[in-house]
Amino acid sequence: MSDLSDLYQEVILDHNKRPRNFRALEAANHAAEGFNPLCGDRLHLYLRVEDGVIADVGFQGSGCAISKASASLMTDSIKGRPVEEVRALFQRFHTMVTTPPDKSVEDMGKLSVLAGVREFPVRVKCASLAWHTLKAALDREPIVSTE
Amino acid sequence: MTPSSAPVRSGAPGARIDPVATNAPFDVARIRADFPILKRTVRGKPLVYLDNAATTQKPQAVLDVLMSYYTDINANVHRGVHELSGLATDAYEGAREKIHMYFNASSVQEIVFTRNATEGINLVAYSFVRPMLAVGDDVVITAMEHHSNIVPWQLVCEERGANLRVAPIDDTGALILEELDRLIGPRTKIVSIAHMSNALGTINPVEEIVALAHSRGVPVLIDGSQAAYHMPVDVQSIGCEFYVATGHKLYGPTGIGVLVGKAERLEAMPPFLGGGDMIRSVTFERSTWNDLPYKFEAGTPNIAGAIGLGAAIDYIQNVGREAISAHEQELLRYGTAQLEAIRGVRIIGTAAHKSSILSFVMDGVHPHDIGTIIDREGVAVRTGHHCAQPVMDRFGIPATARASLAMYNTKEDLDALARALEKVREVFN
Repeated sequence: MSDLSDLYQEVILDHNKRPRNFRALEAANHAAEGFNPLCGDRLHLYLRVEDGVIADVGFQGSGCAISKASASLMTDSIKGRPVEEVRALFQRFHTMVTTPPDKSVEDMGKLSVLAGVREFPVRVKCASLAWHTLKAALDREPIVSTE
Repeated sequence: MTPSSAPVRSGAPGARIDPVATNAPFDVARIRADFPILKRTVRGKPLVYLDNAATTQKPQAVLDVLMSYYTDINANVHRGVHELSGLATDAYEGAREKIHMYFNASSVQEIVFTRNATEGINLVAYSFVRPMLAVGDDVVITAMEHHSNIVPWQLVCEERGANLRVAPIDDTGALILEELDRLIGPRTKIVSIAHMSNALGTINPVEEIVALAHSRGVPVLIDGSQAAYHMPVDVQSIGCEFYVATGHKLYGPTGIGVLVGKAERLEAMPPFLGGGDMIRSVTFERSTWNDLPYKFEAGTPNIAGAIGLGAAIDYIQNVGREAISAHEQELLRYGTAQLEAIRGVRIIGTAAHKSSILSFVMDGVHPHDIGTIIDREGVAVRTGHHCAQPVMDRFGIPATARASLAMYNTKEDLDALARALEKVREVFN
């Protein structure tokens, strides 16, 4: 049987307590709001995309430790990377958290700490909220500045 | 047998509701033995079921009657002259009679079977309120309502250009009666209010509210989803026009509920759904409606569900609602003290009059994480907004964890909750 410590690993508890990039970006040119109506988790994601690269990223919102830590880890992992690479990362992350727990998954470095949610099916949505919001922000037309 | 031949029985307002004198001491161990699910384990631990405000567990007597309906007498009701149809009809109408007694309605015609409380509220919103709602009219609710007592009114108000007015609650989660009083005016078409809040446990002074509304000629609907399984309910004493409840919280099956409505109001209302069983005659030019309550029961009803609910009502009556209420109040006091002793726990909903609900938040820990961690200890609670997002907004929180009580809970259950919450503290320190 899965253990709670698989889900609430130190890295996750740390990112929950001290989320990275936890701020609104005034210079954002892509943004989206993620919402989980089931639990009320809410997430605002801000991106500054320059020349096809995620130049800066920030998020704000409220949610459980899993959703907050996942958002924090995600922002760390996408900053400075090309958009196309980030889209591929979304796919890999999605595969990781939705693969049945008895099957092996690829090592995604720091993001692998979230593979523990596979043992807690009702919590998969918490881990993927930030990533779906990221995809929505990238798919959307860039925000046009009126300045 | 025709549906309109159902007998009309009268009960006196304020009459003793429980037909069985229950002077025997409340024996929780014996009650627990009647609920098979309480014997199971969850993740290797004994089940500690504290999510009763979402749905209650079912006693063996209810399970037996569901099985025997399908095994022995399954047939459609109010149709056919054959033996089984008669037996099924008798059992179905027998359940209606039990519900009539349970709520002390003035006649059995006033008991309409629905799918759940939500359907009861929608029925009243669409058949009673909508036809008389004009631009600028008001519907009055409170800030503690479940989404099921908000959204149907929003839909009819939006369609008719009417206003939804919301009476506020104070910091303990109690309704501010003077504010409600102020909101009820000449344009108010209905006051619709929870008897007991599902998110906070607050019990509203429904008799007083009905008197307030009636002094201005305004009818009242009471959502009894939570109250109906925790305390005696006498609709004649309360005096409301409509009272709704849901079977699955009354220790009965899902998919069955009741609307108790005053006969003269129900008579004057158009049908809600059209179809079989609700008509007297049908031609392509026009149809005429069946008598109460059948006018509001279109199509084959949830026959097994109604019969199961009847068995659940029998079970509650045998234990005695006064005794259940006293037991749950004692547990509420005990559980409140247990939670208050845990570092960083804050109870949301501390009204002077409340029952059976312990909604709480914990410093630095989101309710979902609480739910997942204590689930590992076999403790089942609800976490989230409890279909009452405006209540969460009122207290400036996204969600709570909610432990909710039923007749079979014990102090040991609350001790298990407290121990599980200590585990949460360990993980999040």
